[in-house]
Amino acid sequence: MSAVTTPARQASGGVNVKTVNRIVIYGLLALFAVFYLMPLFVMLVTSFKTMDEIQNGNMLALPRAPTFDPWLKAWGETCVGLTCAGIKGYFWNSIKMVVPAVLISTMLGALNGYVLTKWRFRGATLVFGLMLFACFIPFQSVLLPMATILGSVGRFGVTLQNSIGTSFGLGNSTVNLVFVHVVYGIGFTTLFFRNYYEAFPTELVKAAQVDGASFFQIFRRIMLPNSMPIFVVTVIYQFTNIWNDFLFASAYAGTGDAMPMTVALNNVVNTSTGVVEYNVNMAAAMIAALPTLLVYVLAGRYFVRGLMAGAVKG
Amino acid sequence: MSTVATSQIKLTPEHARPRASVRSRLQDALPKIVLAPSFAITIVFVYGFILWTIYLSFTNSKTFPSYVITGSRAYQRLWGWTFDTDPPSSWYTSITNMGIFGFLYILICLALGLFLAILLDQKIRGEGMLRPIYLYPMALSFIVTGVAWKWFLDPGLGLEQTLHQWGWTSFHFDWIKNKDFVIYTVVIAGVWQASGFIMAMFLAGLRGIDGEIMKAAQIDGATTFQLYRRIVIPLLRPIFLSAFIVLAHLAIKSYDLVVALTSGGPGGSAWLPSNFMYEYTFKRNEMAVGSASAVIMLMTIVAIIVPYLYSELREKPR
Amino acid sequence: MLRKLLIGTALATSFAFSAHAADVKEVQMLHWWTSGGEAAALNVLKGDLAKEGYAWKDVPVAGGGGDAAMTALKAMVAAGNYPTASQMLGYTVLDYAAAGVMGDLTETAKKEGWDKSVPAALQKFSVYEGKWVAAPVNVHSVNWLWINKAVMDKIGGTEPKTFDDFIALLDKAKAAGVIPLALGGQNWQEATMFDSVVLSTGGPEFYKKAFNDLDDASLKSDTMKKSFDNLAKLVTYVDPNFSGRDWNLATAMVIKGDALVQVMGDWAKGEFHAAKKTPGTDFLCYRFPGTDGSVIYNSDMFGMFNVPDDRKAAQVALATATLSKSFQSAFNVVKGSVPARTDVPDTDFDACGKKGIADLKAANDGGTLFGSLAQGYGAPPAVANAYKDVVSKFVHGQIKTSDEAVTELVKAIDDAK
Repeated sequence: MSAVTTPARQASGGVNVKTVNRIVIYGLLALFAVFYLMPLFVMLVTSFKTMDEIQNGNMLALPRAPTFDPWLKAWGETCVGLTCAGIKGYFWNSIKMVVPAVLISTMLGALNGYVLTKWRFRGATLVFGLMLFACFIPFQSVLLPMATILGSVGRFGVTLQNSIGTSFGLGNSTVNLVFVHVVYGIGFTTLFFRNYYEAFPTELVKAAQVDGASFFQIFRRIMLPNSMPIFVVTVIYQFTNIWNDFLFASAYAGTGDAMPMTVALNNVVNTSTGVVEYNVNMAAAMIAALPTLLVYVLAGRYFVRGLMAGAVKG
Repeated sequence: MSTVATSQIKLTPEHARPRASVRSRLQDALPKIVLAPSFAITIVFVYGFILWTIYLSFTNSKTFPSYVITGSRAYQRLWGWTFDTDPPSSWYTSITNMGIFGFLYILICLALGLFLAILLDQKIRGEGMLRPIYLYPMALSFIVTGVAWKWFLDPGLGLEQTLHQWGWTSFHFDWIKNKDFVIYTVVIAGVWQASGFIMAMFLAGLRGIDGEIMKAAQIDGATTFQLYRRIVIPLLRPIFLSAFIVLAHLAIKSYDLVVALTSGGPGGSAWLPSNFMYEYTFKRNEMAVGSASAVIMLMTIVAIIVPYLYSELREKPR
Repeated sequence: MLRKLLIGTALATSFAFSAHAADVKEVQMLHWWTSGGEAAALNVLKGDLAKEGYAWKDVPVAGGGGDAAMTALKAMVAAGNYPTASQMLGYTVLDYAAAGVMGDLTETAKKEGWDKSVPAALQKFSVYEGKWVAAPVNVHSVNWLWINKAVMDKIGGTEPKTFDDFIALLDKAKAAGVIPLALGGQNWQEATMFDSVVLSTGGPEFYKKAFNDLDDASLKSDTMKKSFDNLAKLVTYVDPNFSGRDWNLATAMVIKGDALVQVMGDWAKGEFHAAKKTPGTDFLCYRFPGTDGSVIYNSDMFGMFNVPDDRKAAQVALATATLSKSFQSAFNVVKGSVPARTDVPDTDFDACGKKGIADLKAANDGGTLFGSLAQGYGAPPAVANAYKDVVSKFVHGQIKTSDEAVTELVKAIDDAK
């Protein structure tokens, strides 16, 4: 177990020092929790206020006459462009894009990390370095060349559709977005897994190899079961980034019926000229973030301590 | 774990044979085959596009890409702007802000993330509740949290106003309105957004550390502080690398943070290079200048990251 | 090269679609009008088209006053997926037309008589090399004052006719303890106000020379310096928290009576309407002092793309509906702007709208209708944004004197040209 419960046992002060330590730790954690929660508090109270109260009252004050209307409006009535059916319809668009993109990029990252640490070959470090540096490319500068390529692929898809009756998903906005997010996500997923597996005892892999386990058997039986904490981190990272991406989503999927949640949210929130309904905006933002929050809470459960304990002794 | 692996996997005859068969050669190449697709798409869609950007920076591309090479005028303009300090050019503001923001943001996030992870790793009751509290800022799109922060930092609406109402009338906090301090408010909001995730990365690292090592050190009489400084933190080195890369990339791409929070700041004083790049490429229709600024950003990253990567990644004697 | 490439992709698209012979009864429309009032206004058009049997495929991308939409448009054009039409501003239309991706609506224009009904100043942007490529939707005008009438009555103010009157009025407000001038300290708002200041300080001829022709001598002149001095004077009347404020919050200050006046384009009227205020009784609209008789405009246009043949009928229907008198009236009543053709009856408009329509007609006839530099109708985006930089840096103190501001302005515009 990694935790150092406290040095209380060695300290002469005994129980008192231990208690004081615990109080300090909990105090600090609570203090930071307040810092992190502050904007959420502002958003929450705002989402339950009427516009009148927002314009005239203090932003930190609790709503005088709490109303649930902004939430209902954000969910089912607010206008996304000319369609006034709330943001509820855009969940599915985002989910069917985010889930495959996260799964594919995470699995590729895990495999890459495994190869780069346990099956080193000449130049492996260079390959990793190149993939790592790829994380830094500004997305704005890939927007146009990527669009050109996706456009040609889409036309090829139409040709296929006309000649053999199926386009294999080429040119489909959702498929395009999944592809783009996988391309620009594997740098990070590879980084996370590679650095996690770096500390993973190579002896275990060597032993299994001697025993004749194949490449994939070792990955499935030894690496994967010991990767839970890093899986959590990677999935959280990928899910959040892809879910919240606006640039690619608006450029590659803003047209069709595949419009993801972020683009819809942006259309609700961002108005150039006109009245800004802050309460509806805040409610919409929180509704839009629910899937990510859910992932945090659910995935967080796998953060359990001591997963490695059995294995590392090897 | 290891016992499971040994007992279930039998020695295969192929492996025993000394001569390399087709199959075993395939086995040897398998890791490379697995890695190849990822590497290939990176080469095409990252390095190919970087080359494309470099090419454009030497053209006269305006609204659309143009492929006629016209020389280095874009770089000459950027170079000129680098020394336009009074009044500061947008480019000068962007790169100075990048220095301030990048340094503080990465440093504070790393320190705070590690600190919170260590605190949370002390067998805390309610960890399951605290973790999402620290993490949730990542989940919310900054399009909206930007508005909440903007209000909170606005002296007429937020913290200052509230404290005045509570009677502390001498309190002043108007950084967001001040051209010299606005970039620090971007740091505050940025740290709020990302530090929780860094905490999660460190927490994952801490959970991966072999408990036996810690126990041994404790028995040797190391204090908690010594234990973390001498043993735990060195073991977290790879996580530091991951965290650093994530933060550096977030810092460089912090575009919407600036826009949502400050709309560019008083007189454009909160601009970062990513704002500059977006402005010139898409708003001002000076794609060559936008591309040149992207190339300079990338080169700066190379200059900073590559030595770090080299020292971290070079093959260590085993 | 690019032109060939783009035409190539367009051809490829049209081949791809040639399999379906029948017309596509659908318009695909990229726009950033997502707020309640704007969407309601656009819904009028959607309804008009539905009556003719055309479905409306909505492509809204909001944010940054059209920045996000223009980025998305660029990506769509690069991919060869043109929308039927897109909301566009001024020089952007000409840029896309030069790249050869715009359609040709000249026939429709002839049939509908747009050449006569649309002001020449607007045709500069909707006609490229003799071909109609865009349908103007409205004309906004930016040289307006929006005043809270209750505050005005309280301080005993009257309509300011000159810049000095205006300063005197602001002083009165200051003495009475209200914030005299509501301003949002974002570069486009500051520059929009400065457009009016320059017109007021230098007169119509000067404005045109400096901000439409980008004449060097005018930009360098003492009149420009005086304009910056006047801007500096105005800025002393704003509250200390103005920097970064959104324009609609500044309007709200006037609506609530916290501030006396805002200098803003006529889209501000939408905010007053939303707050259920009526012109004349709750608020007043005056031309910026010293600019009566001239109009600084900007206009929303629907750029028409070179779509495949089977989508052209829908495009023509969209363009015709856009410039129909009934739509022009219905839309602009809601939006706060005035019709893009000068022959639309003003019966449905409120007092401010009626004045706007009359002013536009007079300015068009008298040759005093000028593009707003801040809004992208005075010069291409590179220049317009360089201009906004300088004005904003002057307002926020990075540029300290008006001498320096003039030097910087000349330098910046030169550099961006």
